[in-house]
Order: sequence, then structure tokens, then C-alpha cells
Amino acid sequence: MKSLGSIRRDFSPWNDPNAKPYIQFDKVTKKFGDFTAVNNLSLTIFEREFFALLGASGCGKSTLLRMLAGFEEPSAGRILLDGQDLRGIPPYKRPVNMMFQSYALFPHMTVEKNIAFGLKQEGMPGPDVEKRVAEMLKLVKLEQFAKRKPHQLSGGQRQRVALARSVAKRPKVLLLDEPLGALDKKLREETQFELMDLQQELGLTFVVVTHDQEEAMTMADRIAIMDKGEVMQVATPAEIYEAPASRFVAHFVGNVNMFEGKVAEHMTSTTRITGATGAQIVVDNGSNAAAGSDIIFAIRPEKIKVSSKKPADAVNALEGEVYDVAYLGDMTVYHIKLDDGQIVRASALNASRITEDPLTWNDRAWVSFRPDAGVVLTR
Amino acid sequence: MNSTWSRFNITSIVLGFAFLYLPIVLLIVFSFNESKLVTVWGGFSTKWYVSLFHNQGLMDATWVTARVGVISATVATVLGTLAAITLTRYTRFKGRVLFSGMVFAPLVMPEVITGLSLLLLFVAVGLDRGFVTVTLAHITFTMCFVAVVVQSRLVTFDRSLEEAAMDLGAPPVKTFFQITLPVILPAIISGWMLAFTLSLDDLVIASFTSGPGATTLPMKIYSQVRLGVTPEINAACTILIAVVAVGVIIASIANKRREIQRQLDERAAQRG
Repeated sequence: MKSLGSIRRDFSPWNDPNAKPYIQFDKVTKKFGDFTAVNNLSLTIFEREFFALLGASGCGKSTLLRMLAGFEEPSAGRILLDGQDLRGIPPYKRPVNMMFQSYALFPHMTVEKNIAFGLKQEGMPGPDVEKRVAEMLKLVKLEQFAKRKPHQLSGGQRQRVALARSVAKRPKVLLLDEPLGALDKKLREETQFELMDLQQELGLTFVVVTHDQEEAMTMADRIAIMDKGEVMQVATPAEIYEAPASRFVAHFVGNVNMFEGKVAEHMTSTTRITGATGAQIVVDNGSNAAAGSDIIFAIRPEKIKVSSKKPADAVNALEGEVYDVAYLGDMTVYHIKLDDGQIVRASALNASRITEDPLTWNDRAWVSFRPDAGVVLTR
Repeated sequence: MNSTWSRFNITSIVLGFAFLYLPIVLLIVFSFNESKLVTVWGGFSTKWYVSLFHNQGLMDATWVTARVGVISATVATVLGTLAAITLTRYTRFKGRVLFSGMVFAPLVMPEVITGLSLLLLFVAVGLDRGFVTVTLAHITFTMCFVAVVVQSRLVTFDRSLEEAAMDLGAPPVKTFFQITLPVILPAIISGWMLAFTLSLDDLVIASFTSGPGATTLPMKIYSQVRLGVTPEINAACTILIAVVAVGVIIASIANKRREIQRQLDERAAQRG
């Protein structure tokens, strides 16, 4: 049997030009009065994909989900599901189901009745409903709670009921609105993996809305980073982190150091940058920025090495002074104030128990990184 | 918190409760009076309760009051609930402020004015005063109370419940009857009970809008008292008080029980 990881690695329909898109947002705009929640947005999601919409609150991600569910109609543009235009189809006729942030469990019904609700609406015969409900209860490991009412359950159990109820009808697409937002940290981490297993097991397409980048990175095949009603970048978690398309994305996901500068020289794959204060940086990352153009060089803290002496083989090395040290146990975070005044954040994994090169406040220090460690951003 | 009983505290509690309940206690005590004179104690007896049930006039009035109460409370509950839903859900229609003001105006309208204006209306449209007009009048003035009670529940209602139901395939009407209505039912029942009590209680509006053959209990009691209070009236009032008290006590015990059960359940759920 293939492991989940290898299935995931093989799954990349977005790289296949012949792959048929499953959900398509085609130049969708949504306005509430004067406020534009979603602005001329196009997005493609593939079948069986675990897709995450990531952004701060008010970026339009929930509106996008609600348009897919049918609670809002786009002001302009189309939404296609499996080739069918969804315009004008009311929520109760769409082949998608949603798991709500508040769970929205029906308080006057037992767990069993909650799960059976959707099945009864489509007129499934009684014995089949019972069978499916039992199946769902087993799936979320709540067999012995079938007769309980929602208020008799803990937060984690309620979350699982909500999940069982939303997948009971075997929807074409499952929409999840901050599915783990109400759980505590430990339970959230466990549930992330449960959700991923469930998605593989049922073979459904998941679209999840979240503001938690770790959650999105862990679970999703691809992530769309959203801001002010627009998509900033759609890519796999690794691409988003290692090759952000813009300053916004680089800033939004994880920590990052940014250097402003100009392209001094551009060769086939190498770019030489002159920083604002004259420092030279060589980047070997296939950027297409033309010589003379203003750019931003972005590099993650864990890709920067801190040492007390200039490493002999370093292509990129800048000198400064230790400004701050934060020992976090598994790693140490250094803030180095470069001689031009900029503060650089670098993190070092504490692989051995005793560091051979202990740096402390106000020590002179060098930061160095490989030419392929960072990216050049033009916007 | 300071919980000692100072002399001042005791005095104010005794005076306060005496102020509230002394008249009622007197009324109940004298309903068991042997003597025909209301204010002179002549020994214990239940004869007025027996004669009460043989007083056709009072029994008829009770029956009228009960019917008016049930019908008007039921209709007022339906209308009041609809008004409350409209006012909480459709917040953007034109003239909403005016409409909501008009729904709630009867809350503060002097009853004399409500009664008089209804009387004028019934006369103008040529509706004979009687059972129908009293019932209509009671619907009119109790509806806004129901609307207030139901609206306060709807404000805290989680709309995602309805969205979830629709998402799972229930059309709007089905969603209303299977999800919304059961969830707000306690508020609707309270609204009904409030409307019923108000209707039971009303003298002023009933006096204006009632006619021959549709005398309500409060009207009957009031007219009899004008001819002199009899212990029979005391007995009737005592029964009324008993019915209301028993209703309130049962309701609050049931409420308390539910609350305790709920807390136990929640604690059990937290433990897993």
C-alpha cells in the first residue's frame, strides 16, 4: 500500500495541461454595497484536491466559500462546478456541503438525527439512512454518542459530528470554514491529520478556509493566499514558502528578511544585487529582473548562517553585531544589526547540546548564505 | 458580600412584602368566611366556593374569558411571531423604523385610547359588538408583546443553523418548520402565555369592545363589585390566583430542572 505522502507527491493535476478543472472561479466579483469583498478573481481547483484559502480576516476567503455554497451570488463572473454553471442554483440544490465554523449543529436533534438530516432531505429510504448514519458514526468514532444532543458533547466531539453530517451526503465538494478554529492547539494538530486521512479515504474535493498558515501548510495540496479580495499566489505549500511571488506572500507566510536593492548585473541564471547601502549580494535563482531595476531580496531566517568569523568560502557575507539572542530550546534566534543599520533575523537549529561558537549580545558577527538561499521579488 | 440581617433590612423586607401581598392574603382569607359580610369574620367555611359553581353568570363569564384568551393568544402569537421574524431578518426594507415603531406602540399606548379607537372602528365598519370584537381587540393589543418576546430570542439565533439546513438540502419553508421553529419554540410559548395572561387580565379594552352575551370574567367581577362585594367574588379571585400561581410555579420548576440537567450534561461532556 502506498503511504499518504507518496500518494500526495504523485498528485499534481495543476501541472498537467490536459487536466480538467473541477471548480472554476471565472472573473468573479462580489460587492456588498460599496465594499468589494472579491475582486475579479479567477481560480481553478481540481478533483480530489485538498485546497486551502488562506488570508487575514476580511480578505474575501469566506465570501468565496459562501458563493460556492450558494449563500451569496457573485455580482459578476461565473462559478463552474464540474462544468456546470452554478448561477441561480439555490444552496439546497447544490452538490456541495459545508462544515460551518460554529458547527451549526441542530440543538434540538440527537447526533444521529443531525447526521441523518441531509439524507432524509434527498428522500433516501429509512434503512439506507440508518446504514449510512452508522457508517458515518463509525468513521468519526462516535458510535456510543448517537443518542446524545449536541450540548452533551465536548468541543472535539461536536466538531466530528459536524464533519460527519457534512460528508454524509457524499457531496462532490466539501467546504470547510475554519474547521479547527474552535479547538485547542493539541486537538487541532491531531484533527489536521484526521481530516487529511478522511479526505483520502472518501476521495472528496476539500476546500478549506483558514487564517492559520500552519494549518494550511500541513493539510493542503495547494494554497491560495488572498488579500483584499484578490489571489496573491496559488501554489503548493513548499512553493509558497520557498518561492513566494511577492513581498506580501513572503511576509504573510513565515518569517522573512528583506533587502531593498537594485539589480547590478544579470546573467543567465545569476543576478548580482547592490543593496541600498552598497552591500553586494549574488543570487543564483533564475530571476528575470532586468539590470537596473529596483527589487527586493527575500531570505528566510533559517537559511542564514551566523558565525563570529567570516566563513572562508562564503559568496554572500555581511558583517554586523549581535543585537538580540532568543534561546527557544530547539533553536536559537539571532537578531544581527548589520553595519548599515538593517536588522537581520537568523535562526539556528540547536543540533548539539553545546554550541561551539557561542555568540552573545554586542559580539561582532557575520551572516552568510548561499546564492540559492533567497529569492528576488519584483513586486 | 454582606449578608447579615440588619434591623433595617428586615423592616424593609417585611414592609415591602406586606405592601405587595397583604391585599391578596386578605382576599383569600375572606373567601373562606362563613359570614355574608365581607369584612366581618364569621368562621371558616367553603360554602362560597360551592355557590360559585352554581352562579351561572360567573361561570358563563369564565367560559367566555377562557375562549377569548385561548383564541386571541393563539392568533396574536402567530402574527407577533411573523412580525418579529420580519423585523429581525429583513433589516433593510423601506420604512422599517416606522413599521417597528408602529408594532411596538401599543405597548405604551394607554388602554383607554386603544379601547376607544377600536370601539370607533367596530362601529364604523358596522361590526356588532360581542365575542368577535373582544377577541379581535385582544389580538391587537397582545400581539406586540409576543413580538417583543420572540424578537429578543431571534436576535441571538444563530443564522448558520438555517444555512446548514439549506446546505443539507432543505428548502426555506422546510428549514423554517424543522429548524427555526423548534429552536425558538420556548420563546413562542412564553409569548403565548404572556398574551393569554394579558387577555385574562384585561378590563378596560374588554369594556369598550364587548357586547351582550360576551361578558368576560374581569367585567363580571367589576360589575358585581359595584353592587357590593360578596364572598363569592373573593372565592372566584382566589381560584384565579391559585391557577396563575400553580402555572408560574410549574413553569419555573421545569425551567430550573432543565437548567440543572443541562449543566450536568455539559460537565459530563467536558469529562468526555
